[in-house]
Amino acid sequence: MSGSRHLRPEVRLPSAMASEILNHCQSVRPEEACGLVAADSKGEPVAIIPVTNALHSPVRYQMETREQFDAMKRLRREGWSLWAIFHSHPHSEPAPSPTDIRLAFYPDCHYLIAGLGTDPPVIRCFTIVDGKVSESPLRLIS
Amino acid sequence: MAVVVRIPTPLRKLTGNQNEVREEGGTIREILKNLESHYPGIGERLADESGELRRFINIYVNEEDIRFRDGLDTAIKPGDEVSIIPAIAGGAK
Repeated sequence: MSGSRHLRPEVRLPSAMASEILNHCQSVRPEEACGLVAADSKGEPVAIIPVTNALHSPVRYQMETREQFDAMKRLRREGWSLWAIFHSHPHSEPAPSPTDIRLAFYPDCHYLIAGLGTDPPVIRCFTIVDGKVSESPLRLIS
Repeated sequence: MAVVVRIPTPLRKLTGNQNEVREEGGTIREILKNLESHYPGIGERLADESGELRRFINIYVNEEDIRFRDGLDTAIKPGDEVSIIPAIAGGAK
């Protein structure tokens, strides 16, 4: 991984939404899964929007363009904002890979990575700005 | 003729945090040229040195991806909405 990591304040995600992310990631395993997390006007995560991985690959993802467009339109219409982009690493550590860092075009949202190679699976939270990765502790709340 | 151009969050620093701008142009190519003249730096984020759309940039006119129309030469008519959407991609390798 390029860039250094800095620990940031914790990020809170309802545990039901974390389960929703993990369930979706498990459902498309061994392919990588991907999707968006929307936040309401108060900035609280409010919805998980799974998006098809157009590459159907176990090591790469790219959101299906039309579904991504529709998801962004839904955010706009609901008055939501993009809170996080999630994807899975079915076999490897849930940390940004060089590919994740190179293709991170959204510096203002969280990148959630679900690692499915451990039991139980884990989700970690990062921001990626200009190639620099920062991890935030992810706290699951009820 | 000016149409609405939706600016994605990663590019809003270049548009003074505006999520929508109005831009003149009869084609997407003309709109991108005018965007660059008003918001310097945005052009190179959207197109490469040869003027072609970057691989990870998607542009929609209303509900349609311009790659399935005439690319940068896609014609724009009054009332159209142009959306710029950087791809979301990555992966373990």
